[in-house]
Amino acid sequence: MCGIIGLHLRDPELQPMLGRLLDDMLCGVSERGPDSVGIAVYGDGERNPEGHSAVSVLRAPGDLAASAGALLPGTPTVTARVAGDTTVLSAPVGVEALTAAVAAAAPEALVVGSGNDLVVYKGAGHPQDLARTYGLRAVSGWQGVAHTRMATESAINPEGCHPYSVGADQCLVHNGSFSNHATIRRELERQGVTFDSENDSEVGARFVAACLAEGDDLEKALLRLGETFDGFYTLLVTTADGFAVVRDEIACKPAVIAEHPRWVAMASEFRALAELPGIDEARVFEPDPGKVYAWQR
Amino acid sequence: MAALSRAEADARSPVVFDLHETTVRALNAELHAPTATSYEVLHPQGAHSLGAGIHDEIDVAVRGHAGYFCAGMNQLGRVVVDGSAGNGVAENMMSGSVRVRGDASQSAGATGRGGLLVIEGSASMRCGISMKGIDIVVGGSVGPMSAFMAQAGRLVVCGDAGDGLGDSIYEARLYVRGSVGTLGADCIEKPLRDEHVAELTELLDAAGLDHKPEEFRRFGSARGLYHFTGDHGSY
Repeated sequence: MCGIIGLHLRDPELQPMLGRLLDDMLCGVSERGPDSVGIAVYGDGERNPEGHSAVSVLRAPGDLAASAGALLPGTPTVTARVAGDTTVLSAPVGVEALTAAVAAAAPEALVVGSGNDLVVYKGAGHPQDLARTYGLRAVSGWQGVAHTRMATESAINPEGCHPYSVGADQCLVHNGSFSNHATIRRELERQGVTFDSENDSEVGARFVAACLAEGDDLEKALLRLGETFDGFYTLLVTTADGFAVVRDEIACKPAVIAEHPRWVAMASEFRALAELPGIDEARVFEPDPGKVYAWQR
Repeated sequence: MAALSRAEADARSPVVFDLHETTVRALNAELHAPTATSYEVLHPQGAHSLGAGIHDEIDVAVRGHAGYFCAGMNQLGRVVVDGSAGNGVAENMMSGSVRVRGDASQSAGATGRGGLLVIEGSASMRCGISMKGIDIVVGGSVGPMSAFMAQAGRLVVCGDAGDGLGDSIYEARLYVRGSVGTLGADCIEKPLRDEHVAELTELLDAAGLDHKPEEFRRFGSARGLYHFTGDHGSY
């Protein structure tokens, strides 16, 4: 089953409320995926301040901030914030440098998100409990994504949570299953792409990241995904300035989009959108099969 | 046949269930063994299964947006959703009527065997999938793959129909006033004869819509897939 929510704020006055709005939306999809959750927030100035980058990590050793800092030029202070299974490290350095330092300092740790604007949290357990662990309601930002998982193909653990964030400030969440992912994985591996898991959704995320790296915009990348992948999917993909939704040609997996002058929101079900401010004036519609809906900041 | 009109819906003094204060389970328990004839549901907020399994001649007005399976399996009940409805509204309806004043999500009226479903707005994909006798009137448009494997009943679309209309259709009759994307396998256009104008008039009246029946086109089964033949070697 699984549940997806996403919120892209157009009105900066709403940014201090992002976490509260996301938490309310999360309640509406918790029944669709009560075993684990992943949350991504863009523009959380507290966890990923201006001029900093942040890396979200699972299985982080307790001294990772110090050991990663020691590997960076000028040994800047690396701040670590632990929330449940996820540790978010931030430092006033570039995202590639911080990611490389974290990987070198703790090869056993798994990087689940990185960016100049992005923080990612993942954990096993009820979505509402994890939202409390993360302090989601107090979070500010301009865009957020969450996925509630009902695991069907692999274990219930933080590693299996979406979003898959495999490029800086990129997130992909998926409801459905790809059927030809093993073939595409082999092709990407031949091109030098490396994978963290056996998960089909990660193949989608790596594919989109490769398209974006080649210079495609989000819309083109998702159209190419539609030409390449077989299977069932509703996808929500976000970048440093973009928010896009696409469904497969059969469109079995649900999706509702609501567009309002102050925000754009997407969810698996309407009830996740019901509490958004101004929902009664929003244009609420279901995305057509195979069509990419994209918004840019 | 007659759907609940706005005037009728508004004139009664209903028993109120406010879902800010009580649960869908409590609401449905009352609707399954009703002690009144008219009910109003406040603050539905997209909750699932509102009024599913009604089997008495009662009126239920849902004031807001309904989630999945609203009024599913309805028998005799008259349900009005004063908002939009999620997946599978009036799925497997047996009799009675369901009116959605907004839009409906996928699979509206799926497998319905009887009764009348009116969607004043538009319906999404797979409207009337595997319908088996239900009548569905949509004021707006229907999405792709509507009336897939439709077996009996009538689907009236006052707007446009998406791609793959009536794929693998049996004996349901489809009427579309606007454009049709593509027709599904074994679905063809058929002449609109007097008896079809008569039944369209009846259905539009019941739905409270005043389009001219002559503006509609009729679609149905070419009956080419009823039996396997040598031409169907690829099957």
